[in-house]
Amino acid sequence: MGTEYRIALAGNPNTGKSTLFNALTGLRQHTGNWAGKTVSLAQGTVQFKDKTFQLIDLPGTYSLFSNSKDEEVARNYIVFEKPDVTLVVLDATSLERNLNLALQVLEMTKNVVIAINLIDVAEEQGIQINERLLTNRLGVPVIKISARNKKGFPMLLDTLDRIVTGAIECNPVRMVYSEEIEEQIKKIEPKVREIIGGQLSSRWVSLRLLDGDETLLNEINQRLSGRQVEYEYSTHIC
Amino acid sequence: MSIQHIFAEAQELSTPKLRDDIVQQLYDRSHKLCHEGISYTKSKRDTRTEKLDEIFTSPIFGFPIMIAMLGLLFYITIAGANIPSSLIAEFFGYLEGYITQFFTFIHAPEWLHGILVLGLYRGTTWVISVMLPPMAIFFPTFALLENYGYLPRVAFNMDRLFKRVGAHGKQSLTMAMGFGCNAAAVISTRIIESPRERMLAILTNNFVPCNGRWGTLIVLSSLFMAAGFTGGMASLVTTGVIVGIVMIGIIVTFFVSWVLSKTALKGVPTHYTLELPPYRKPKIFDTVIRSSLTKSWSVLVRAVKVAAPAAILTWVFANIYIGDTSILMYAVNFLDPFGKMLGLDGYILMAFILGLPANEIVLPILLMGYLSTGSLTEVDSLVDLKKIFLAHGWTWLTALNMMLFSLLHYPCGTTLLNIYKETKSKKWTFLAFLIPTVIAIIVPLVITQTVRFFGWV
Repeated sequence: MGTEYRIALAGNPNTGKSTLFNALTGLRQHTGNWAGKTVSLAQGTVQFKDKTFQLIDLPGTYSLFSNSKDEEVARNYIVFEKPDVTLVVLDATSLERNLNLALQVLEMTKNVVIAINLIDVAEEQGIQINERLLTNRLGVPVIKISARNKKGFPMLLDTLDRIVTGAIECNPVRMVYSEEIEEQIKKIEPKVREIIGGQLSSRWVSLRLLDGDETLLNEINQRLSGRQVEYEYSTHIC
Repeated sequence: MSIQHIFAEAQELSTPKLRDDIVQQLYDRSHKLCHEGISYTKSKRDTRTEKLDEIFTSPIFGFPIMIAMLGLLFYITIAGANIPSSLIAEFFGYLEGYITQFFTFIHAPEWLHGILVLGLYRGTTWVISVMLPPMAIFFPTFALLENYGYLPRVAFNMDRLFKRVGAHGKQSLTMAMGFGCNAAAVISTRIIESPRERMLAILTNNFVPCNGRWGTLIVLSSLFMAAGFTGGMASLVTTGVIVGIVMIGIIVTFFVSWVLSKTALKGVPTHYTLELPPYRKPKIFDTVIRSSLTKSWSVLVRAVKVAAPAAILTWVFANIYIGDTSILMYAVNFLDPFGKMLGLDGYILMAFILGLPANEIVLPILLMGYLSTGSLTEVDSLVDLKKIFLAHGWTWLTALNMMLFSLLHYPCGTTLLNIYKETKSKKWTFLAFLIPTVIAIIVPLVITQTVRFFGWV
């Protein structure tokens, strides 16, 4: 079996995220129950070389500002459960809209792989995507796949493998905002870092606090005050 | 220093438009990345959608186009429904003669003929002939607009306004549903993620006139508002009045949303992503067939189910006498002073109360009360109809007030039931009843008193 690593799948609705999840895990799936919350996420495993990747299918969302329950669930998993890698699935045919979510994930966590799905459809429509350029610009691996035709899987799994072993290091590009916002972040961030330490990205938390994200505030409060919410995954086979 | 303190400090630093700026800058970044990282070998990129969007969602043309579309939709419905409506009514009238002959033939008692033919039959056939033609035109035409991809653009245009009053942009989609049926629209508010904004959408949905109220609105506006016009011009004026009424409903929606989001449902609107799908040529035949069959049919069945018992009940009330006055007349006399204050009368209020199960039956019940013949009246032409109204002291003011009352008053029974199912709260369901009722009383009251004060009537 070897070591187990957790890979969270994030993405917009209708990007083929679940198709990818199903294609990779096949029948090795079960529903993970998020204790204390009435949210269950599908989990499944995939073997690669000597490792087991445990895939967690997060709810499909357009953003991660915790507008809705789904967004909050996805956000909390990425930030607090700290999967070894977050795999962001994007739709190649509407990349511009989809990239927006990827940029948000890059602000939250370090180990990110971006899978551009539906690449076959995009190519049919004459859309050519330069993934090398995007990799350079974003600082994390960008891989073209077609979940439906199981294209690009070896490359994807190999990249995940190399990230968890440390062979590749992700350096997610920092999203720089307008001077006004950057100024505000600068004032808040040192204080945030003092409290939360290195557990979360202090820059991201600062930004969320500036945005008035109370759900995040409550979440952090609960975790800091030791009233540690049970976030263990009680899994059951279904 | 705790995280709570930092949060408070952050709130002082930040501005309300911070989120907009963040989102905007994320999108700008995505746009730049795509500009660099994507090339198009075929120029098959959907420029048509972009060009159309520039027009349909333009800050200048967006709203006029929306209103024009709405007007066109109503015009097609009103102008197209006239003739089929009267044909169907004539057919049912013709049939009634034979049914009555049959009842005489089997020597059925008078009361049985009264309940079944004069009550049940006339009530339901009225609803069918008034409602079926507009529905059969409105639903497919609306579905065509929807399938073409125009509706998300409406939501996009309206978003700014909704946001200003503290509501959710997707509310315009649930309002669009409301034109068909408020009860269905209440369920459709599930597309709104935030519970607060969803509640706003539920509470205000009733201010969009549903299919059951079209009949009343169309008949009254063509009788009293377009009275001086003939032919195509009359349809045009009727449409204009209907568009005006709808606009009033939308203004009230905004006003109520605004008041609620400042009081009982405090909060700021959440952000959401609205997908603007590419414009697609709808499969016209499929759309028309599916929407006529499923939507028109199911709404009609519901209407008949409600109309049938209500028609019977009304007949019974109008025919049971205590002393020399029927139960219906007692109620009418009781309500009359209050009705007069609103520029309405006791009959009209009675019709709205008995019409709680379904708005479709308000007008038939009203006519029945006026004629006191004890049955839902068969009116062969609109001219007859106007004579009845005029004989009971109607003016354009009465018609206007009744239209406004119909637009603004409490939701029908089915809608209230759905509101309860969706909110699981008696308090909110009651508010959903109370808010429109209060508004429906205040608006005609103010108008009537003003008009009378200036002596315009």
